[in-house]
Amino acid sequence: MTYETIMAGFGGQGLLFSGKVLAHAALIENKELSWLPSYGPEMRGGTCNCSVIVSDDPVGSPIIAHPNVLMVMNEPSLDKFEDTVAPGGTIFVDSSLIERKVRRTDVTVVYIPATQMAKDMEAVSLANMIILGAIVQKLGCVKPETLTAAIKETISARKAALLDLNLKAVALGENFIAG
Amino acid sequence: MAIVFQKPKSLTDVPYHYCPGCTHGIVHRLVAEAIDALGIEGKTIGIAPVGCSVMAYDYFKCDMIEASHGRAPAVATGVKRALPDHVVFTYQGDGDLASIGLCETVSTACRGENVTIIFINNAIYGMTGGQMAPTSLIGQVTQTSPYGRDPKTQGMPIRICELLATLDAPAYLERVAVNSVAHVRQAKKAIHKAFQNQVEGKGFSLVEVISTCPTNWGLTPEKACQFVEEKMIPFYPLGCFKDKENGK
Amino acid sequence: MSEKVLMKGNEAIAEAAIRCGCRHYFGYPITPQTEIAAYMSKRMPKIDGTFLQAESEIAAINMVYGCAATGRRAMTSSSSPGISLKAEGMSYLAGADLPALIVNVQRGGPGLGGIQPSQSDYFFMTRGPGHGDFHIIVLAPATVQEMADMTRLAFELGEKYRMPAMLLADGTMGQMMEPVVLPEDTVDPATIPATKPWATTGTEMKRAHNIVNSLYLKPDELEKTNYERFARYAKLEAEECRWEEYLMDDAEVCVVSVGITARVAKNAIVAARKEGIKVGMIRPITLFPFPKAALAKAAAKVKGFLTVELNMGQMNEDVKLAINCAKPVNMCNRVGGMIPSADEVLAAIRKEAK
Repeated sequence: MTYETIMAGFGGQGLLFSGKVLAHAALIENKELSWLPSYGPEMRGGTCNCSVIVSDDPVGSPIIAHPNVLMVMNEPSLDKFEDTVAPGGTIFVDSSLIERKVRRTDVTVVYIPATQMAKDMEAVSLANMIILGAIVQKLGCVKPETLTAAIKETISARKAALLDLNLKAVALGENFIAG
Repeated sequence: MAIVFQKPKSLTDVPYHYCPGCTHGIVHRLVAEAIDALGIEGKTIGIAPVGCSVMAYDYFKCDMIEASHGRAPAVATGVKRALPDHVVFTYQGDGDLASIGLCETVSTACRGENVTIIFINNAIYGMTGGQMAPTSLIGQVTQTSPYGRDPKTQGMPIRICELLATLDAPAYLERVAVNSVAHVRQAKKAIHKAFQNQVEGKGFSLVEVISTCPTNWGLTPEKACQFVEEKMIPFYPLGCFKDKENGK
Repeated sequence: MSEKVLMKGNEAIAEAAIRCGCRHYFGYPITPQTEIAAYMSKRMPKIDGTFLQAESEIAAINMVYGCAATGRRAMTSSSSPGISLKAEGMSYLAGADLPALIVNVQRGGPGLGGIQPSQSDYFFMTRGPGHGDFHIIVLAPATVQEMADMTRLAFELGEKYRMPAMLLADGTMGQMMEPVVLPEDTVDPATIPATKPWATTGTEMKRAHNIVNSLYLKPDELEKTNYERFARYAKLEAEECRWEEYLMDDAEVCVVSVGITARVAKNAIVAARKEGIKVGMIRPITLFPFPKAALAKAAAKVKGFLTVELNMGQMNEDVKLAINCAKPVNMCNRVGGMIPSADEVLAAIRKEAK
């Protein structure tokens, strides 16, 4: 199985980071993977995205033309990527930030009020991790325990205080799916 | 019989290619005397410039590197970072150091790089046949200022020591001349100090040597020395512009 | 063996360089390669190495020149506009026969251009990036693993042939992360200069002075150095050409592509094979020397070639030259920071197969 995931939104929402955590989890599971960020003068406020491929087979191009997983955290990103999603793919929408519904009917859509959930836990910047937890729970692209391990390895020592919050955010997302 | 005069040990036997009356030979000698006196020939690496002294690599017995035009301070930086315990010097003319390489000069000085720079200012591009230099005097006739340097269109001459003295980092900046015996003696002291500073880890040292170019100035060697005294030195005053250890 | 780690291409180059005994990095920030400088600025002070942010690209390459003259493994990195500024220094490095590593993580041009990926410095790098008759070794990695491995190769080939060597990547390669096994840290930097008797390390009064120089005022002497250098290039071409062949055994169409586009092309080839199209790929790994013989051999079997590149057809010319225009050589390209999609490449392959 190959998961071709695009995570997109505004700069500052931590999209590159959540992609990195997913990539790191894939590394821990010894899967094939690639992580490719959009780069340039679009850090805070501008649009930002990263492409993460997790696969059992060697990765060809790291550039994803037709993602089968799309995570969007602002409306311009949904507008930009909705049509590119492969039929049968899954779109994760931060419904606290995006008012409109997905128009495609040949994909699975998960609406998750991630930013609101993050605000409720007083960590608004962790909405990305809530959605990541949901993705992993829903699709099983990596195991939840590997995701936890990846977070522990990825969060730099000087941000160690954030570790528990990140783990909590991921758990929220997982529970949102598991119910 | 006592030896009263001999060639410095750190000069090779290759005959200079310089024009009669050119003062490069004197400055080469002063550099070599400093190297000899400090006993550092074996651990010195010199950087030759582009200009009349481009072939300085043939004249000094220490290891030598030929740099591209103006980049000698950058090359020296590369060498010094690789060999911090060695002695690295550049020998550059006015076009090289004060025009095309001004950025490298200022930046290397600003970093306080522990190197020694010998700056030959003769107010003209010698090797290419006498064009205007950044240090050419107002009214000076050169191949590219045939009507005399006009400040309105060709700007004012640049005073490197004064410019660099505005920086915090350099350890030692002095301007000397070699147009008279007395001046040569002062120059010898300054050049020695610029090398000694490096050996002692004091940082960036530059000695500007007001020099002659009889050929391109169109003067006899004797008249060229007079020109230095009467025209150059009034615009480029001799003296020490920075000597950190002595609070200057 | 080292363990697999996740790294950006730019970071993999930096860490690999350190593990290959490089202790001197001189650079200047420019997107999309600044991670190399940032990485070096963190690591070098901890291993008694030098990270120096130079005043310009010109100064940086000349610092490399000075450092390389002392026999050290020295490097710099930049992206296209900065590489233009380094052209002077590359010519002097070549003229003085100094090995050094230069990394070019290409972006779109000309001029300030853009910051998105490009392969438009291909001509500039492969023809001799600077004044005079010379070449540098040009390696084109297509994975983060290759970026690490080729860093070592660049140092080694550069020293063997006394030439500057370049890693020619693009913005995508520099920015992407992939698992990578870094080279073992087995090179003792202190032992490298001793292998270079020409290095200016100080005579210690034990030998005649060494001179690192590219000035030869006597035409006959300068001519001799040019011929000697080109004899080395010929040896390099005979012994060091590298390329990857992918599904070429029965191929009727041969895709030729490097770096990121080779990866896009691979996806397209897989899709085309599913449609029954007999297509394969030759991916040049060394761009100088260019694997002419491999392409000429393929020309005898295939119906035509398709270059996939991020420029207006620069490598396309090299393929035509390599096969002496024996077969059609068409092109699928995007420029300005755009990358052709696998679908676009697939459409081009279908057209070729007809």
